[in-house]
Amino acid sequence: MSTVDLEAKIPNNVGLRDNKRLTMALEKWQPKFLDWWQNVGPSDFNQNEIYLRTAVGVGQGGWAHYDYVKMPDYRWGIFLADGPADRKIHFGDMIGESAWAEVPGEFRNRLRRLIVTQGDTEPASVEQQRLLGHCCPSLYDLRSLFQVNVEEGRHLWAMVYLLHTYFGGDGRDEADAMLERHSGDQDNPRILQAFNYPVTNWLDFFCFTAFMDRDGKYQLSSLAESSFDPLARTTQFMLAEEAYHLQTGENGVGRIVKRTGELMMQGQDPRKVGAIPLDVIQRYVNFWFTGSIDLFGGEDSTNAAESFANGLKGRYRESDGIYKDPKALNANYVLEVPTEDGKISKQEIPLRRAMNAVLLDAYIADCKRIVERWNRDLEKLGVKERISLPDKKFHRYQGVYAGFRFTPTGELIDEATWTKRHTEWLPTQADRDYVNSCMVKVTEPGKFANYIAPPQHGVNEKAVEFEYVRFH
Amino acid sequence: MTDFNRHPSSYHHWQLQIDGDVAHLRMNVDPAFPFKPGYELKLNSYDLGVDMELADAVQRLRFEHPEVKALVVGSGQERAFCAGANIWMLAESTHPFKVNFCKFTNETRLSLEDLSKHSGVKSLCAVNAACAGGGYELALACDEIHLVDDSNSAVSLPEVPLLAVLPGTGGLTRLVDKRKVRRDRADVFCTMAEGMRGKKAVAWGLVDAAWKKSQFADKVNARAKELAAQAPAKADKGIVLDPIRAKVDGATYTYEYVTCVVDAGARTATITIHAPHGPQPKDGPGYEQAGCKAWALKCWRELDDALLQLRFDHEEVGLIVLQTRGDRAAILQVEKDLLAHRSHWLVNEILRHMARVLRRFDLMARSTYALVDGDACMAGAFLELTLASDRVYMLDDDKVHAAVGPLSAGLLPMSHGLTRLQNRFLAQPEHAAKLATDQPALTAAEADEQGLCTYLLDPVDWEDDVRIALEERVSMSPDALTGMEASLRFGGAENCDSKIFGRLSAWQNWIFTRPNATGDEGALTRYGAPESAKFDWRRT
Repeated sequence: MSTVDLEAKIPNNVGLRDNKRLTMALEKWQPKFLDWWQNVGPSDFNQNEIYLRTAVGVGQGGWAHYDYVKMPDYRWGIFLADGPADRKIHFGDMIGESAWAEVPGEFRNRLRRLIVTQGDTEPASVEQQRLLGHCCPSLYDLRSLFQVNVEEGRHLWAMVYLLHTYFGGDGRDEADAMLERHSGDQDNPRILQAFNYPVTNWLDFFCFTAFMDRDGKYQLSSLAESSFDPLARTTQFMLAEEAYHLQTGENGVGRIVKRTGELMMQGQDPRKVGAIPLDVIQRYVNFWFTGSIDLFGGEDSTNAAESFANGLKGRYRESDGIYKDPKALNANYVLEVPTEDGKISKQEIPLRRAMNAVLLDAYIADCKRIVERWNRDLEKLGVKERISLPDKKFHRYQGVYAGFRFTPTGELIDEATWTKRHTEWLPTQADRDYVNSCMVKVTEPGKFANYIAPPQHGVNEKAVEFEYVRFH
Repeated sequence: MTDFNRHPSSYHHWQLQIDGDVAHLRMNVDPAFPFKPGYELKLNSYDLGVDMELADAVQRLRFEHPEVKALVVGSGQERAFCAGANIWMLAESTHPFKVNFCKFTNETRLSLEDLSKHSGVKSLCAVNAACAGGGYELALACDEIHLVDDSNSAVSLPEVPLLAVLPGTGGLTRLVDKRKVRRDRADVFCTMAEGMRGKKAVAWGLVDAAWKKSQFADKVNARAKELAAQAPAKADKGIVLDPIRAKVDGATYTYEYVTCVVDAGARTATITIHAPHGPQPKDGPGYEQAGCKAWALKCWRELDDALLQLRFDHEEVGLIVLQTRGDRAAILQVEKDLLAHRSHWLVNEILRHMARVLRRFDLMARSTYALVDGDACMAGAFLELTLASDRVYMLDDDKVHAAVGPLSAGLLPMSHGLTRLQNRFLAQPEHAAKLATDQPALTAAEADEQGLCTYLLDPVDWEDDVRIALEERVSMSPDALTGMEASLRFGGAENCDSKIFGRLSAWQNWIFTRPNATGDEGALTRYGAPESAKFDWRRT
């Protein structure tokens, strides 16, 4: 493949044409990416025409160019958000110094690890979702799935761009390794555990995009503050696309909740008509929400403190100046910590060590908002039941609550109680079997499976009935 | 008093499982059970308490489980093989404690290597997850390292980049001396906090094999069986090691064969050690029957315990005064029998144990003076102890005798591989050889003539001269003495073992006390603190 072809194939604003090293690296990597997409990307839909959004520039509207495209022909681009030429570091120990245009040797390994960990999640979710097309509830939703998939693919490109451009041979090895690890592979799994969970049905998918992708938003937000300018600008642009994924999840779960509510108010048993009862939805919410908060890392973390001190990762919206002390040196964070004797004690830790917990708090507040939105729909319909967000201590495998048992309302319980009651709180095999049994493939434009309400609007001002995927 | 006795039935941090001729030792550290309160042992990080159990397990494998022919060192935790020594513990510990902790850990690692070299038990380290710092140093002490290749688990020595200290328990030395990793690669590896994974770790010689997660357990078990099959059978049944406990009365520790009297005011400790009394076993089966009660085992386990008490509980004692007591003929007879039956598994273990305790004595960071008076028993292994001392004060009296025993020719080597006679007479190797061969019984004057004492004192001067010698010694700088003694005690060439201790007492000892590590703004102090470390950039 010649350089000219590559340039045409990859929309970018990073001067790819003039960057020999990057061009050479991408020439080797791109065929591997396409192989990966064919082998473990969305199964069987590569010859169909999908009405997709493609980012072709960072200017207004440039990231939202819509047209029919076959997924393998999708133009995965590389974009940095615009930024001031002389950006200053705005938090941590080096506040006021110029942001870094190149990787400082001192932080090279740490930055590489951050980028690899973030990058690894992008292809992972595509792998997790690869079979969902076969049981799509509508053409509208099928398009949403593929839009999410190609953009996660582009986010992988964004991280690979950083690795290829700034991390030399090690970076190229890491970029290759991201195509070699596979979600759920026993021998070579994805780095973060929640990205190895199976996503077998659309309730999983919508919960995943509502919660896990929202975690991604917060992780990207903290990287968007980074003193390493290319990382900050890359992730800033990714956030624009990520917002769409969150909407897909938030609306998707909301539409399932709404459909169940409608059926209940019509006096129908959701189970008898292929819809999903609220208690099952609640258990899925419990599972995916807690899986996502495990991704934030330990609440008390020396790594997090170092990353903040060194200016690698900031707090959510740090650059908006919403925090009093941009050095975060003179404050503590109060952490609820379980003790051996079965109580919860409040422990003060230095704020910098609590940076994961601070980011997590912002995330949880956001999740509360979407659950409230779902509940407003139930209220409007006259349904009494509500969906609730479990306590952050419930069902944790990482951080200070790992190894302890809590109820969804946050009471510390013993192992025996947990064994007896956990099926009330987390999806059971019967739940999964039932939800899977609801998955019927609906591909007639404007029609929807019975467990999900139609969306309010179509995509890009098209009608809900629009033919979002052409099978011919 | 610190209780060094441990037993597998009450381990907090390890599981010892014997599966035919393969033993599995799994680290599963209980975070809520640190040696001293104040920190949590997360991610299989260890402290002295964890290492005491490891030392116990290795010792019991030798004596209680001769049926074992291969050892698998693994982890009981899925997410961590071992994160190394606990950083919070190190940050909170006093300097003497830190160094003593590292030294004990060194000795335990060496005893694991000794198990392979002299007890025929090959060890295989099954690194099932992240393995950092002291965790990798533990792995390095095994014969083979097998790493899970899951594109995530790495072996690493992050001490330099993360903490501004060194891997303190032989990591650097074993990397280049034992595994013979190329120096430039070792340089890269030791400055890379995240370490190395899978195939690259194999290619660089950091581990011996990397297996896919799904194959890992099978490959490790198969290899362990192979190693076991290559080793000759020793015995089906071992002996039982009872706990060793001194009766403590004030500052006096009384065991059956050893007493240790600490004089805190004078900053001395007098260790008195007794030759066997009563009948002793004559051969292997006799030793099996006597078990841990035989003098050849018990006396040396007691001395070992006394030395550890001094190290950890009496940091200010600057001088150990050694007194030997008992019947010369009895000790020489025991040694003759041991030598004659050294191919018996238990006799072999007893001899190796004796040698290890003598090495622990060599490595005490205290001055050691031996007093050889009319009641002394400077014979055999007690003559070795005497020669292990920095100075020998001998009374010029007819009642004083010295006798070189049959073990001095090479069965009780020092860390750097020389006998104490060779080490003493570096300029006259033929003299050392002659003493070892002839095993002469000597009068005080002859012993002096043969170079076996520092001062031969007239009885009228004895009391005064000894008193002055002790007082003078304890008045000098403890740091300078430790450095001086460590330099003078081990003449001749170094080997991997002696380098490990030498590097600990020189480099690590120094780095631990430097502001760049442990000053208010040092990296070890600031580890996990909100602010980053600040260095004094001048190279020394």
